[in-house]
Amino acid sequence: MAASVARVGGGRPGRPTAMRRLLDSEQFNGWAFVTPGVAVILLFGAVPIVWSAVLSFQKSALVTGNTSTGLANYRQLVHDPVVGEAIQHTLIYTALFVPGTMLAGLLLAVAMNRKIRGITIYRTAAYATMAISTISEAIVFIWLFDPSYGIVNYAFSKVGIAQQQFLNSPSEALYVIVAMTIWGWTGFAVVIYLAALQGVPQTLLEAAAIDGAGPWRVFRKVTLPLLSPASLFLAVWLTINALQLFDEVYLSTQGGPLNATTVLVYYLYDQAFEQFNFGYASAIAYFLFLIILVITAIQFWVGRRITFYRS
Amino acid sequence: MTATSAPARGGLRSADQDLNPHRRRRRLPFSPWHFVLLPATVVLLFPFLWLLVTSLETQSEALHFPPVLIPHTIRFANYSDALAAAPFVRFFVNSAVVAVTTVLCNLVLCTLAGYAFARFRFLGRTALFAVIMATLMVPFQVTMIPQFIITKWLGVHVLAGVGINHIGALILPNAATAFGIFFLRQFFRTLPLEYEESARVDGASRLTVLVRIVLPLATPCLATLAALTFLDSWNNFLWPLIAVTSTNQMTLPLGLATFQGAHDTEWNLLMAGNVMSLIPMLIVFFIAQRYFVRSVAATGLAGT
Repeated sequence: MAASVARVGGGRPGRPTAMRRLLDSEQFNGWAFVTPGVAVILLFGAVPIVWSAVLSFQKSALVTGNTSTGLANYRQLVHDPVVGEAIQHTLIYTALFVPGTMLAGLLLAVAMNRKIRGITIYRTAAYATMAISTISEAIVFIWLFDPSYGIVNYAFSKVGIAQQQFLNSPSEALYVIVAMTIWGWTGFAVVIYLAALQGVPQTLLEAAAIDGAGPWRVFRKVTLPLLSPASLFLAVWLTINALQLFDEVYLSTQGGPLNATTVLVYYLYDQAFEQFNFGYASAIAYFLFLIILVITAIQFWVGRRITFYRS
Repeated sequence: MTATSAPARGGLRSADQDLNPHRRRRRLPFSPWHFVLLPATVVLLFPFLWLLVTSLETQSEALHFPPVLIPHTIRFANYSDALAAAPFVRFFVNSAVVAVTTVLCNLVLCTLAGYAFARFRFLGRTALFAVIMATLMVPFQVTMIPQFIITKWLGVHVLAGVGINHIGALILPNAATAFGIFFLRQFFRTLPLEYEESARVDGASRLTVLVRIVLPLATPCLATLAALTFLDSWNNFLWPLIAVTSTNQMTLPLGLATFQGAHDTEWNLLMAGNVMSLIPMLIVFFIAQRYFVRSVAATGLAGT
């Protein structure tokens, strides 16, 4: 590098050779720079997208190889009662988890957006949940909610509530998973809302207060609209993650009891890597993709109407 | 001028505060927000605390109802028992190798590609970039089955080190991400062209310009990408679950999940293992807290 700088800087006359022109061209450098990264993404991202589309029209068999079955996998999907249940559980979970996390994050971020004693401790406690993996989180919560020895049942007994079966109960398991994932994502929501709150200009709040608005009105009419871009981001981001729930279910209930926590991705995993129905699993994957696309599109469509952008 | 106007403004503001009825009404010696923050913090921290307490109890104390809130004797042997039952050090080393290598690969590959997409005009640029953006939208579940087949094939026919059941299989598919390329390209496009052009006039090669001129300006951006990639890699579970089955190639989340499956009633050992897999990340997190928080906030602000 240094040599070439010196040569050109030295005012060496004449045109560069064809070879050097090529090596210095945008064409050559463009391809040289993008090739390694793009190769990885094509091989492990783009090719699999097409491949799994092809797989979804095939029946996989270990011995005889794959055979084309047309739309059979998709037809099976429509009539599979477990898929129906899985969609229902996924949507119930998402409908509880997303607003729950956003509300918890908003409340804590508003409370933390001020200089009071111990604020660093409060903030660090919230951030710490971001450092814990879904697996650690799930194991701790299985223990907290253990039906026989769990401390939550102990707390319940202290206030006169009967012992619950929690993750062993078909009617409660999904809600325990909602609780543990809200806990795990609160730190993330707090960080997003705190960053957005710090962008709210103090002058606007003061102006509203001078005009006679109480704190609640200022929050409703000034702060909340200014936070709406962050809220839209969180709603979309949390929803995409919620629709892909897997880790906590795999660890705590394996979809049980009685399929009560079978969500789409868990069923997909089970079909793909326990039953080795790659074709059917690919069809479920594309179906999941469709659901994510539709819900995200709706969120952006609604969001654009109610989101307030300052610029 | 300034000397007279500054006190005047200060005076105005304090008068303002006194007029505000909501401030005068407060007579608590501390902010009422503590009533929200203190219980919330207890809820946020209690799982960590209970995890630690259980990890120091004996088996009979852990399996006791009502729960033993304070262990009679601190049993550190749970930790050595857990270490004897599962190679947590190995899991940790695997996790660290995978996460650090993935971060380094991403920094290099995404910088190169992101810069080329931002600055160079070359045949097929638009089409390639469109394909990369398309992969960004597709969830991992759609690609994981072919990714598994491809990885298996690579291990058999190309290089065992990146095949199924080797930690290389956890690195290679994530060595570059569409998000990283997109993120850095957006940043590079905001930089003024003048520095790069003047370096080019001075005869620097395109790679020199990138390394010497552009990268120093991109340090905060690269730190953000590094922090996010690290968190993703460290916490990844589904792909390791599919790609790795032998214990000595497992990362911490997978190793911990397997340990839980084998010892699901020995809660004191399980919690000791859980504490050991949490501690490294908590330490990294607290040291680099500013970077992690800023990085997560940056994704939010970029999204809005």
